[in-house]
Order: sequence, then C-alpha cells, then structure tokens
Amino acid sequence: MIQAIAFYLFASLVIASGAITILARNPVHSVLWLILAFFNAAGLMVLIGAEFIAMLLVIVYVGAVAVLFLFVVMMLDIDFAAMRAGFIKNAPLGLMIAAVLLAEIVLGVGAWRTGALQLGVANGASATPEGLSNTAAIGALLYTRYLFLFEAAGIILLVAMIGAIVLTHRQRGDVRGQNISRQIARRPEEATVNVKPAVGQGVTL
Amino acid sequence: MIGIEHYVVVSSILFVLGVLGIFLNRKNVIVILMAIELILLAVNINFVAFSAFLHDLVGQIFAMFVLTVAAGEAAIGLAILVIYFRGRGTIAVDDVNRMKG
Repeated sequence: MIQAIAFYLFASLVIASGAITILARNPVHSVLWLILAFFNAAGLMVLIGAEFIAMLLVIVYVGAVAVLFLFVVMMLDIDFAAMRAGFIKNAPLGLMIAAVLLAEIVLGVGAWRTGALQLGVANGASATPEGLSNTAAIGALLYTRYLFLFEAAGIILLVAMIGAIVLTHRQRGDVRGQNISRQIARRPEEATVNVKPAVGQGVTL
Repeated sequence: MIGIEHYVVVSSILFVLGVLGIFLNRKNVIVILMAIELILLAVNINFVAFSAFLHDLVGQIFAMFVLTVAAGEAAIGLAILVIYFRGRGTIAVDDVNRMKG
C-alpha cells in the first residue's frame, strides 16, 4: 500500500515538474523544476530497488548537470521574453508530433502486453545475484564483464571535460602571465649587485 | 498493485513531454538541452524498470552509460553555447546560420 502511494506521488510529481520545465517562462525556473523531476525520478528508481542508479542520478544530474545549466542560464545575459515569441505558433505542430509519438508508444506497449516476441532466452550471465546489495551486484558486474565499456565511458567523460575546457578557455591580452622559462633562466649573478657605498652617498638603483 | 506498465506509462509520458518541449521552445537552445535531458531521464527510467522486471542487471549498467553520455553532452553543449554567446551576443536558434546549413 505504502509503495503504491509512494509510486503515485513520485510519478505525478515527475510528470508535473517535467511539464513545468518545458512550459516555464523563465529558464531559471525551468532548471529548478528539472531538478525536482530528477529527484522524483530517483525516488521512482529507489522503489524498484535500483538504489545505485538513483544515487547516481542525484549526484550526477542534480549535483553536476543541473548546476551547470543553472550557471550558464544565469551567466548569459539573454532576453528570454523575445525567445518565447513563437511559442503559440509552434504549439500545434509540437502537439501533433507528441500525439503521434504517444500513439506509437501506446501501440508498442499494447502489442507487447498481448504477448512479447520471442527473440531467444538470456543466458543468465548478468542475472541479478541473490544475497548481494544492488551496489555490490552492479560493481561485481561492471568491473568484470563490462570493464572495457566502463573504461570507454571514462574516456568519453575525459574527452568531454577537455573539450569543454578547450572550447571555453580564452587568452586575454591585458593580463601579465607567468613566464616560467624566464624565471628558471634567471641567475643570481645578473639579478643582484654587490655595492659598497660610502657613508652618506646612497646607491643608484 | 504497481507493475511494469505503470513505469512504462510514466517514462513514455516523460519522453513525449521532452519531445514536446523541443518543439515548443524552438528558439531557446537552453530549454531544448533541458528537454533532451528529460528524454534521457525517461529512457533511464525505462531501462531501470525493465532491469528490475526481468531480474537482469544489464539495464542498470546501460542506464549508467546513458547517464555518462548525457553528462558529456550537457558539458559540451553548454560550452558551445557559451562561446557562441561570447562571439555573437545571442543564442536564438534562428540566428544560428553561420554555416549556411
């Protein structure tokens, strides 16, 4: 019973906040509603025992991606009101395509309900093991059978990180940077002078 | 009782909302990127639901890779957005015609 209540709570909230995300006038509000949608999707995943993916969703999406969106939306000085000009004009086409997509999904699910196509039987290599927590089971599978895919995902993230840095890095002309080779090439002989001024004479700099 | 159908309904509604968001906010690249994130979230819900339904962990592992790609895509997309705004002062989709595509 409590599971059903939790499911309907999370499901209705994720759909409502998803709808407000695409309808909100202010993109900052859109990002905040998107964060709520991610939280509730994580709740949906906890309900079916996928707590690792749920926590990953909270950490990666809410902690990183949504905050990145928030930064970019707030840093760019854009007239968002002008961008909503075509909102009503685009609505009929968008609704039409959405209806077609929904009809296709309903058709697919309805056909599957009457009996799935038999494409063979899984060999059980990645079946959920008994007596292991979700995180331990995923780790046991990820670091053995899917090790290379896992490393490929790491390389994707590395490339994305380097790409984002290279794209947004800019050399500014009006700042004095550090010249490391000149610093290292500097010798004490050319940097300091030993003088013995007479009393009352002072030194010339 | 809650079954796999409920999860499929939720994720398909979320998917369609994401596609609708792309069409409704045609001028605003930031909201389009957010709609793409919604679509990927719907796909992830579907993967995880079927993973639990079929007692097969591959769905959850694949959902992790989808998450990885979504994070990379958001980072690169927003970086492109920032440098485009720096150079042109606008990110309206209609004005993006430099490549004459």
